[in-house]
Amino acid sequence: MRRILSLLMENEPGALSRVVGLFAQRGYNIDSLNVAETEDVTLSRLTLTTHGDDRKIEQITKQLNKLVDVVKVVDLTEGAHIERDLMLVKVRASGSQREEIKRTTDIFRGQVIDVGATLYTIQLLGTRDKLDAFLKAVGEAQIIEVVRTGVSGIARGEKVLSL
Amino acid sequence: MELLSGGEMVARALEDEGVEFIFGYPGGAVLHIYDALHKNCHIPHILVRHEQAATHAADGYTRSTGRTGVVLVTSGPGATNAITGIATAYMDSIPMVVLSGQVQSHLIGEDAFQETDMVGISRPIVKHSFMVKCAEDIPVMIKKAFHIAASGRPGPVVIDIPKDITRPDEKFEYKYPDSVKLRSYSPSTRGHTGQIKKAVRALVAAKRPVIYAGGGVIQGGGSELLTELARKLNYPVTNTLMGLGCFPATDERFIGMLGMHGFYEANMAMHESDVILGIGVRFDDRVTNTLNKFCPDATIIHVDIDPTSISKTIAADIPIVGPVDSVLTDMLNQVDSLREKEEVEPDAAAIERWWQRINEWRANHGLWNEPQYSQDSEQIKPQQVIETLYQVTKGEAYVTSDVGQHQMFAAQYYRFDEPRRWINSGGLGTMGFGFPAAMGVKLAHPDRDVVCITGEGSIQMNIQEMSTCTQYDIPVVIINMNNGYLGMVKQWQDMQYEGRHSQSTYQDSLPDFVKLAEAYGHVGMRVDTLQELEPALRKALSMKDKLVFMDIYVDPAEHVYPMQIAPNGSMADMWLSKTERT
Ligand SMILES: Cc1ncc(C[n+]2csc(CCOP(=O)(O)OP(=O)(O)O)c2C)c(N)n1
Ligand SMILES: [Mg+2]
Repeated sequence: MRRILSLLMENEPGALSRVVGLFAQRGYNIDSLNVAETEDVTLSRLTLTTHGDDRKIEQITKQLNKLVDVVKVVDLTEGAHIERDLMLVKVRASGSQREEIKRTTDIFRGQVIDVGATLYTIQLLGTRDKLDAFLKAVGEAQIIEVVRTGVSGIARGEKVLSL
Repeated sequence: MELLSGGEMVARALEDEGVEFIFGYPGGAVLHIYDALHKNCHIPHILVRHEQAATHAADGYTRSTGRTGVVLVTSGPGATNAITGIATAYMDSIPMVVLSGQVQSHLIGEDAFQETDMVGISRPIVKHSFMVKCAEDIPVMIKKAFHIAASGRPGPVVIDIPKDITRPDEKFEYKYPDSVKLRSYSPSTRGHTGQIKKAVRALVAAKRPVIYAGGGVIQGGGSELLTELARKLNYPVTNTLMGLGCFPATDERFIGMLGMHGFYEANMAMHESDVILGIGVRFDDRVTNTLNKFCPDATIIHVDIDPTSISKTIAADIPIVGPVDSVLTDMLNQVDSLREKEEVEPDAAAIERWWQRINEWRANHGLWNEPQYSQDSEQIKPQQVIETLYQVTKGEAYVTSDVGQHQMFAAQYYRFDEPRRWINSGGLGTMGFGFPAAMGVKLAHPDRDVVCITGEGSIQMNIQEMSTCTQYDIPVVIINMNNGYLGMVKQWQDMQYEGRHSQSTYQDSLPDFVKLAEAYGHVGMRVDTLQELEPALRKALSMKDKLVFMDIYVDPAEHVYPMQIAPNGSMADMWLSKTERT
């Protein structure tokens, strides 16, 4: 099953490599990963998606917690949560395609953020599924370049991940 | 406040930490530190002959005392030479602080002379690591390193120190902290009361219980409590290779080591048990054999300080995360309160039947019952060497070992009644560990007999340390069980490759070990016959101030048994001799 793990870790050199190294060393999967500073500059927040059965996820969570740099770990998928992935995509857009692509972008509530003679650069925000669906709708043949930030997420309601 | 240079801070912080020995080897990147050690540091420094030996010696010191060992090496090759020893300590959860020099900060990343990314290279084999960014951080970092290394599930910590940080001309205020707090690190201090109650109920209700205790019991200071619990319940105890000595081997409740070369009675008892109390163990593959055939009827209670050890390979029915000493104390109280308040206690008749069954296994194939090896040949059997050593030392020696058949024979035939006496590389299985580890043990216990049991293969992996022993007068006894083969490799080749001995012998190129020992200023003895064996051992052990290298020729045909049958075997599937299996 797909899981979104979110963690707070010391904002120190080497912390990220320990997390990533752990996954490589123990043969766990990382499907996406993003990391940035938080409002507290001494902490970084890292969100990753992975998959595996419950036993595996439990091991991953425990192993992450064991890293000395990791302050807290939550599995967002255990409760109600919001996830977002930001995608920038360059698509071929000339002649009649331009209108068609603009329409699709609107339907997905994306924005055209850069315009070239024969291409558009589109920005789209949403869940992984939504972004995948957009790419499918536009069609492989049109797509020139895709860049995604990877999933970040936050729990719904009162629940917070903090110290 | 006092002003010190970075190099001086390192030396002083180690003193303030109460470090008893530094095991190390100098080089460019650590020269400022070495100068500070030379000028005003009272900690004895042991100059080894290879950095791997520094780590093993520190490790041996630690395993025999419980105190964190310290290693100091230079950058690049000094650091990489230390890697095997760090990995060895990591696999067996041994606290160690390794200080490695690094090139100057401004050269990092430029492939400078003797630059290695030590923090990167060691990352998967350390509990944690630090790179020092400024000299002011040194005292706190060193304090943190010792704290992390020794607390929770212990392990090695690396501190990488760029040379410029230690320069003598820049001084900073120095204060060594009494304690440190890390917000991201707080190992468990107590087991969950509810879980402990549940565990004790299951344990007391057992009809075929086994206590399976490992290295964690020794490290967590739980040996006495475990012994008390087992005696109170009258339950059988088996030990892992790492746990030998955590329960007295001469207690009749001890059913021997378990696992790949475990005792028949121990493996059988595990397989047929209905409740297993696994404590300070990790259900590793050298114990469990095939996972889905592991102990089919057993309810599994698993106590460990490290949550990742629990349900990693074998799912625990009753997991308890906590330090063994506090959990065992709670368990003992719980056993008493069940008896007093509810009159619930072990079913004596069932336990008696269980003991009868175990004693049958013992009588049939127990290694200590009667010799399970043939005594027909002229040659000394490796088992006899250990049995004789056990008698001659009255079971009181500190025994280190290398890796191979000799290690398994030592684990099987030397009976350890106390923790921290049996010192071997269990997790990594590092040939070359035994001799330098023995040096560390002897330095910590100068008045005790320290014996290194090794093979002619393993000893040559760190034989250069004979020179260190000359320099510092470290009189250990080396028992080289010379079978002329990489015996354990040969055994597998005999059993699985139709006896094709690919690269497992040396074709008459072994040195004359007696002369070699003498060349270093030590005593060498060669032993060929059984008649010579005991007197020679007595003589060697009587020479208290000499390193004695005993080159003992043993039967190369001997295999280690029992041996679990893999793949696809259960714990109960074993070879008992070359021809007999369960
Ligand atoms: C550093 C290292 N290299 C290789 C091995 C694999 N290995 C395990 S036992 C063994 C043979 C050891 O030979 P020896 O020291 O003579 O002991 P014996 O088995 O003959 O008693 C080898 C090569 C190892 N454990 N460690
Ligand atoms: Mg050999």
